[in-house]
Amino acid sequence: MSPNTPYCIATKELSLWYGRFQALIGVSVEIKHGLITALIGPSGCGKTTLLRCFNRVNERYGNVTTTGEIRVLGKNIYDPDVSLIELRKAVGMVFQRPNPLPISVYENVVFGLRIHSPARSLTRSALDEAVERALTEVGLWEDLKDRLHRKGTALQLEQQQKLCIARLLPLKPRLILMDEPCSSLDVEGTRAIEELMFALKGQYTIVIVTHNMAQARRASDECLFMLMGELIEHRRTEDLFLTPQDHRTAEYIEGRYG
Amino acid sequence: MDTMFAETPLVRVKRRRESLARGVFFCMSVAMILPLVAIVTYLVVKAWPTLSWNFLVDIPREGMREGGIWPALVGTIYLVFISLAVAAPLGILAAIYLSEYARDNWFNRIINLAVINLAGVPSIVHALFGLGAFVYAAKFGYSIISASLTLAIMTLPVIIASTREALASVPQSFREACWNVGATRWQTIRSIVLPNSVSGILTGVILQVSRAAGETAPIMFTGAVFYKAVERGTLLPYYLDEQCMALSMHLYTISTQVPGVEESLPYATAVVLLGAVLLVNASAIALRVVLRSRKKW
Ligand SMILES: Nc1ncnc2c1ncn2[C@@H]1O[C@H](COP(=O)(O)OP(=O)(O)OP(=O)(O)O)[C@@H](O)[C@H]1O
Ligand SMILES: [Mg+2]
Repeated sequence: MSPNTPYCIATKELSLWYGRFQALIGVSVEIKHGLITALIGPSGCGKTTLLRCFNRVNERYGNVTTTGEIRVLGKNIYDPDVSLIELRKAVGMVFQRPNPLPISVYENVVFGLRIHSPARSLTRSALDEAVERALTEVGLWEDLKDRLHRKGTALQLEQQQKLCIARLLPLKPRLILMDEPCSSLDVEGTRAIEELMFALKGQYTIVIVTHNMAQARRASDECLFMLMGELIEHRRTEDLFLTPQDHRTAEYIEGRYG
Repeated sequence: MDTMFAETPLVRVKRRRESLARGVFFCMSVAMILPLVAIVTYLVVKAWPTLSWNFLVDIPREGMREGGIWPALVGTIYLVFISLAVAAPLGILAAIYLSEYARDNWFNRIINLAVINLAGVPSIVHALFGLGAFVYAAKFGYSIISASLTLAIMTLPVIIASTREALASVPQSFREACWNVGATRWQTIRSIVLPNSVSGILTGVILQVSRAAGETAPIMFTGAVFYKAVERGTLLPYYLDEQCMALSMHLYTISTQVPGVEESLPYATAVVLLGAVLLVNASAIALRVVLRSRKKW
């Protein structure tokens, strides 16, 4: 995987079927390194589905057929030598409803390390350090350093969502996919997560699905608009919102549907 | 306007109907409990003259007209324990496969259907199957092994169903969280799914104890006998290739097959059977409560 490829994710003619229902139709998209790319579109247009393609986790959701090509960091992820485990370590996902695991904050953060390394190779100090680094990076360390052994599920929603992001970091992901990460948070929480995204940007490539047009506008560098499984438009965020090229994009951002 | 918000005749009728409906439903739920209380009281009163420690540990005497139930009690424990030792691991593993691994294809749908239907097969059919399969085909003869395996086959589908239910109660979002940091299915199951469903799984298994202990037909066909001479109070009186006595069978025998049994004897046997089952079920509930109170999400 060479970091010198121009795009972090590049798909060609990507189509996907759930059983006989086609959820993605010939999506070709290129997502640049280190930027925040927003993915917008009405409900059911395939945003989540597209996101799940990038770490092939769709395959865990039943009867899925995919055609076309997906390159992540230049590597075709359908090549036979691709390990799904390594792929998913590099491409982390954050969900709409924060889903910390029902274990302690500490264990949530080191969960990835634990499942990917033999038990003996993990020293206490290495784990402690990983926890401190990850929680510091998402801005939870000060709040939680004395409460690391509380259950992750007992935190406030905003903290839970940050914890879900922190959980990815010890695995050193290259890409963070966020599926409507703020939709169950209040205004404060939303702002906190957006600030966190800005802080993480550059170091990680971020793709964020959002229903909130204002959020896409203020928080993203580039923007993708999808409709009924097709990619309609992909441009710099300002351009997409100021001068949409496709009439369907214009209608959507004016709020005519969705 | 002092009649504002006053009851109109229509509302009054509705209100009467409402309280009538409420009363009917209440009576029905009481009517459900009454028979249970009545049965238990009746049994205990009838059994009272015989109930004693000696009744538990003594062997039947005078052609089963007097004495205790020790061999039957131990026999039932044997049968229940061995059958669950077989059925629980098999059922739990099968359920994990069906719930966590199996894709939705025709093969797995057929397995699913088979499990559901197997749970509805009458126990007398299981008895006949056990007779053919274990006693004759597998040549285990009339023995504790045959009887236990028959009971295991009978409880298996229910254990599978209850385990699947317990697994399904673990939120899908936990699994997603695991998958998206690259956990294999097995790692997901072991580290998250099982710890959060173990109380449900165990309760399901324990509830099958009462079923296995209560059945008569399957063991009568395959390994339970009317009478077997053992020593009073011995802990391990049977070999696995022998036949054994069992409480349910013993109850049937002394109630219908032996003339001149002391009247309180069958009742006392029933009380012991019922008491054992209630004890086990209560422990299942206690376990559930304890394990539940520990998890929160
Ligand atoms: N596991 C699945 N099996 C079958 N169909 C599915 C599955 N997941 C999604 N779909 C269908 O695929 C289409 C796209 O779904 P997807 O969840 O990707 O939409 P979305 O854009 O994320 O919508 P939302 O904004 O509501 O989250 C929908 O019509 C949905 O019903
Ligand atoms: Mg979605």
